[in-house]
Amino acid sequence: MPISCVEEKQVLTVRLTGEVDHHAAKGLMAALAEEIDTALPRQLELDMSGVTFMDSSGIAVVLRSWKRMRELGGAMVLRAVPPYAVKVLKAAGVDKLIEIK
Amino acid sequence: MRPTNEVKLTFLSRSANEGFARTAAACFAAQLDPTLDEVNDVKTAVSEAVTNCIVHAYPDKLGTVTMRLRLFEDNTLEILVKDSGVGIPDVEKARKPLFTTGGDERSGMGFTIMESFMDNLKVRSQPGKGTTVIMRRRISRRLGI
Ligand SMILES: Nc1ncnc2c1ncn2[C@@H]1O[C@H](COP(=O)(O)OP(=O)(O)O)[C@@H](O)[C@H]1O
Ligand SMILES: [Mg+2]
Repeated sequence: MPISCVEEKQVLTVRLTGEVDHHAAKGLMAALAEEIDTALPRQLELDMSGVTFMDSSGIAVVLRSWKRMRELGGAMVLRAVPPYAVKVLKAAGVDKLIEIK
Repeated sequence: MRPTNEVKLTFLSRSANEGFARTAAACFAAQLDPTLDEVNDVKTAVSEAVTNCIVHAYPDKLGTVTMRLRLFEDNTLEILVKDSGVGIPDVEKARKPLFTTGGDERSGMGFTIMESFMDNLKVRSQPGKGTTVIMRRRISRRLGI
């Protein structure tokens, strides 16, 4: 599962692409953890514009990063989330924890 | 009510088959001319049910997963997903939001999503024997057809 990152002024932007399911989740969690712990950003922005599918395994990926950012005292936002992924995030109540822009 | 069409697929509990199962279900559902939103809902619910077999039913071995898809005259799609794995000791508890035995790799929201994306969900399970999930969704009839 490919991810790509840009870091600017302590804001780490990570772009997720493809199908964010259980099959992809382990690799994504590891890749995100490494990016966060290398950059130690003030803010993490997950750009979801390239996500073609997401289920509750994707929720676990998002929440894992959110917990890590909270431990670091940083913030997190979700950007360009496709409508089907918004629906999954809302059904799980994640929109109440993390801002969806 | 007898189904107007039916397919049955059996596959190994490998995570690569999650994508296969939801795509197969979407292709079968295409006969009902669903909207894109309806297709996405069905794919998400199938993904949850099949992932549960792969993650929970067969925790440290490969097993088989059966998915049966049926269409009914009233435009209802029925999806049955069955495993012969470890089973669920307390189904009512397992269906509660956030309940998971999978630690922080899982969100515990699978059953909640199946429930909210489909019209109804039945779960039958016997510890040591396996689990069967049956979900139904009525696909809207579109104007002009
Ligand atoms: N097919 C299954 N076989 C055995 N246990 C299951 C199965 N499906 C669900 N479970 C149990 O129900 C719990 C809740 O499932 P779910 O809502 O999908 O959340 P998650 O998969 O994130 O744990 C699982 O953690 C597991 O204990
Ligand atoms: Mg699940």
